[in-house]
Amino acid sequence: MIYRETGQFKTTYASDQQLFPILQDRIFVVAFLAFAFGAVPFIATDYLFRAILTPFLILSLAAIGLNILVGYCGQLSLGTGGFMAVGAYAAYNLAIRLPSLNLLVVFVLAGLCSTAVGALFGIPSLRIKGFYLAVTTLAAQFFLDWAFARVGWFTNYSSSGSVSAPPLLFFGHVIEGPVEKYLFVLSIVCVLALAAKNLTRGAIGRSWMAMRDMDVAAEVIGIRPLYAKLTAFAVSSFFVGIAGALWAFIYLGAWEPLAFDVNRSFELLFMVIIGGLGSIVGSFLGAAFIVILPLALNQFPTALGIPISTATISEIELMVFGALIVFFLIAEPRGLARLCAIGKEKLRLWPFPH
Amino acid sequence: MNGKLRIKAAAVALAAAGGLAWAADAAAQAKEIFVPVLVYRTGPYAPNGVPWADGFVDYLKLVNARDGGVNGVKLSYEECETGYATDRGVECYERLKSKHPVAFSPLSTGITYALTDKVDNDHIVLITAGYGRADSVDGAVFKWNFPLMGTYWDGADILVQHVKKKGSLKGKKIALVYHDSPYGKEPIPVLEELAKKEGFTLLKLPVTHPGVEQKATWLQIRQQRPDYVFLWGWGVMNSTAIKEAIAVGYPRLQMYGVWWAAAEPDVLPAEQAAKGYNGLALEHSAENNLPIHKDMIKYLYDKGKGTAADKKEVGQVLYNRGMLSAMLTVESIRTAQAKYGKGVMTADQVRWGAEHLNIDKARIKALGVEGILQPMHTSCEDHEGVRMARIHTWDGSEWSYTSDWYTADYKLLRPMIEQSAMKYAAEKGIKPRDCKKEM
Amino acid sequence: MNASRRNLAAFFALLAVGAVMPMLLGQARFPQWLEIVLGGLMSGVLYSLVALGLVLIFKASGVFNFAQGAMVLFAALSLVRLMEKMPFAVALAATLAIMVALAWLVERLVLRPLVNQEGIVLFMATLGVAYFLDGFGQIVWGNDVYTLDVGMPKEPKIILEKTFEGGILVNTEDLIAALIAALLVAALALFFQKTSTGRALRAVADDHQAAQSVGIPLNRIWVIVWSVAGLVALVAGVVWGSKLGVQFSLQQVALKALPVVILGGFTSIPGAIVGGLLIGLGEKLSEVYLGPSFGGGIENWFAYVLALVFLLFRPEGLFGEKHIDRV
Repeated sequence: MIYRETGQFKTTYASDQQLFPILQDRIFVVAFLAFAFGAVPFIATDYLFRAILTPFLILSLAAIGLNILVGYCGQLSLGTGGFMAVGAYAAYNLAIRLPSLNLLVVFVLAGLCSTAVGALFGIPSLRIKGFYLAVTTLAAQFFLDWAFARVGWFTNYSSSGSVSAPPLLFFGHVIEGPVEKYLFVLSIVCVLALAAKNLTRGAIGRSWMAMRDMDVAAEVIGIRPLYAKLTAFAVSSFFVGIAGALWAFIYLGAWEPLAFDVNRSFELLFMVIIGGLGSIVGSFLGAAFIVILPLALNQFPTALGIPISTATISEIELMVFGALIVFFLIAEPRGLARLCAIGKEKLRLWPFPH
Repeated sequence: MNGKLRIKAAAVALAAAGGLAWAADAAAQAKEIFVPVLVYRTGPYAPNGVPWADGFVDYLKLVNARDGGVNGVKLSYEECETGYATDRGVECYERLKSKHPVAFSPLSTGITYALTDKVDNDHIVLITAGYGRADSVDGAVFKWNFPLMGTYWDGADILVQHVKKKGSLKGKKIALVYHDSPYGKEPIPVLEELAKKEGFTLLKLPVTHPGVEQKATWLQIRQQRPDYVFLWGWGVMNSTAIKEAIAVGYPRLQMYGVWWAAAEPDVLPAEQAAKGYNGLALEHSAENNLPIHKDMIKYLYDKGKGTAADKKEVGQVLYNRGMLSAMLTVESIRTAQAKYGKGVMTADQVRWGAEHLNIDKARIKALGVEGILQPMHTSCEDHEGVRMARIHTWDGSEWSYTSDWYTADYKLLRPMIEQSAMKYAAEKGIKPRDCKKEM
Repeated sequence: MNASRRNLAAFFALLAVGAVMPMLLGQARFPQWLEIVLGGLMSGVLYSLVALGLVLIFKASGVFNFAQGAMVLFAALSLVRLMEKMPFAVALAATLAIMVALAWLVERLVLRPLVNQEGIVLFMATLGVAYFLDGFGQIVWGNDVYTLDVGMPKEPKIILEKTFEGGILVNTEDLIAALIAALLVAALALFFQKTSTGRALRAVADDHQAAQSVGIPLNRIWVIVWSVAGLVALVAGVVWGSKLGVQFSLQQVALKALPVVILGGFTSIPGAIVGGLLIGLGEKLSEVYLGPSFGGGIENWFAYVLALVFLLFRPEGLFGEKHIDRV
């Protein structure tokens, strides 16, 4: 019983429906954000920014997008990598061909391109369900992979197929250095996560969840399946597209189509499943887990001083990965978010057992 | 219920603890020069990546064991597994950057492209011996890239020179079966240019990573009946290509692989049936009884310190190439020490060393690699040093040379290199150095 | 004809027209076209071998086994490495034993704890199993490319040289693979129809609860099913491994089995075969005749797009069960 949640009465509908109705929650969130924006840039090392925080933030944005599609709307999608690629290449083409555009505008437009493509590949979902849909999203993945490797226009006719992002000009200032990139990405992710949270709390989010739970019944009570499913695909692709553009521009710097292949799609699906389907916080937790796990596994043996070859470490990584996925699914199929929620519940009563 | 919850809590705690286990490691050793090794020992490219990595690491170990380091300064190294994936290569680079490395050898053209943007800011040398960006020969733009010994543009040119010797190419058809990645696409500009010049038709057949599905490709080749097939593959794509060629009855004698597609892992799966398959030999083939190999056995394998699992790997094609890669890195360090003093070198100093390599016949003999390395000389405008290769052919059980030395047509290639380098400089806003001013 | 049948007929008509289009347009002559068709059918058979295992497991336990590809690789790896130390027959028996042990472990550790979870959770679990097998196989058996020599002929045969100019290329290895697949399907059909275990499997596939109420031990049935799928994986591994060499990327080709299963229907064994043939055929024809105008490399996505288009005509696949949604 760290703090008392009772006694906080609301007098208006607005205050009752706010995102964090409990005062202590609000304080915690504000403090956390203050820490992330204000303290971390000063205390974290370069490596932490480049290799952990920035990829974590970008991948959690993509995971939020996928969670909207899989967790909230129940449409299994294995083509997320392809949509990230659409965002990345759209941003690249916009930045190269219209260099006067503001960086934020470039990213938003890239997200919209990804939205269009996502809606297009979402059309089959009106007729196809479940695993069948998963395999058809694979069609999107492989087709987009091929398109970006083959069609010269997308890569500005680069002979090697590899493209590199132009310098990141943001209101006259070039974003370089790990701290600036981290802050830029953090801001974007915060705004978009808030947007996602509000979308899922609103009518559109409820229509998604209705489609997920029982689509026939939803149609019967008047939710249009076309509208619900296509908006799910569209919104999800928007987030994923911006994440792809960020991944390419800020994290990789130079990339080729293989950077967004089917393994990336699976990785994102793992994040969503392990983090928790249908939970925005879960997307963050899942992304953190997937980003940190390989690094931890890599460093563990060296930290303990056991000499193992890199090949064996890689293979052990795969094994631990697979075993952990199965373990999480058995222990808590609703993911890390549920575990956190249970923890919070327990903390309400602690130190009493009931 | 309680027990289950405890297990769950333990799992979360373990995961959290594991996540913090990578807490900063020890400070970089002050008295050693750090050479990171980006390798892939797993995945579809492992069969070719493993011998290269073994050769590279063995040479570093040899320098420490036999010579006591480079002029007394020992080398420390660390392997990082990339699986030929660009983002893992970037992650390895970022992680190992904090240990003050002097030079990276990523063994992947894709990773090279990604790192080229970063090394300018980070001041780390990128040695891409036998691969990498072809336009990085121009050191005025690519200050930190060193595609020593040869690039894919050289390889493409030399292959065309060789097949031209068999008869005029006018009206003939050459098929390029290539890995659909920056590595495979690199020779296309030169081959298209030469197609115009020599009058042959170029048939481009991409193969998607990892390259196991080639049935349709080779059915097309059977239909089109090209006179020659150039193979620009890597990893299992190579052995699959040869097997599919056998399956459609395309004569191996008319197949030519680039120097990364002409090694033991590519032909051994087919063994006798691959007889007649030709490949480019970048300076070396599969020699294993030169003084350097004898040293490897004596100082490393006889004492049980060799990296390769099997002693027989010493002297194989890719082993030799990894070894030469490490050798050129060490020679760059040594050249730098000649100017800056015999101590621990920084990356800037090693860069100077790589740019002023002058390996003559006497030095080659002293290094024990006579016959597998041609004299080379790098400079500000020529980061390659030498551009010669030969052809070697598989006779069912071993490789043997079947041609003289060729030199790539620099007159043809240099304008293309400069044009491509200038385009990169314009895109990135880099001001090219003036090589005449610098020494 | 009802709408579904009409759609199906339309789809096949389109496919047939597309298949013979190259000849009609004069792009190809009959012998060359026939070669491509034969090549496509052969590679289709190889895909069906992997798809068979998928269908078996889905039929009996409702689990979409994503680990089938990893099982193919693991079986092939075990066989080829054991063959280095013992004669072929003994190695084969040992590998079979390993696959049965694997089936038992998967049932015990993965399926039983997740027994009432929804499909997506089970699917994810098999994904985890796939990753685990991947790493485990490589640690135990190594990650090199291993040559699996079961005596298959490698050189092609050219037949009918007198009738057609240049003859028609026939890959004997692929023919033998097709024969093996046919034998396997026949054996499976016999198993399902004639033996009591087969009948029990079919009962479980129909209705889990009813089967349990009649006294069929569900857990043991699942072990049996996964073992049979393991056997199928072994056969597929032998055939594929003999062709391509046993290596890591073998499981990548198993991804191609997904559009096969889609086309054929998740619960139908003849569907897996027919689907495989269609996919293989479509892939190779499109790559050779459509590919050059697109720059090549379209066979990667063609199979999936074909499956996608097919699903728009018939959402449950060729022979799949119609899915009835009840509110």
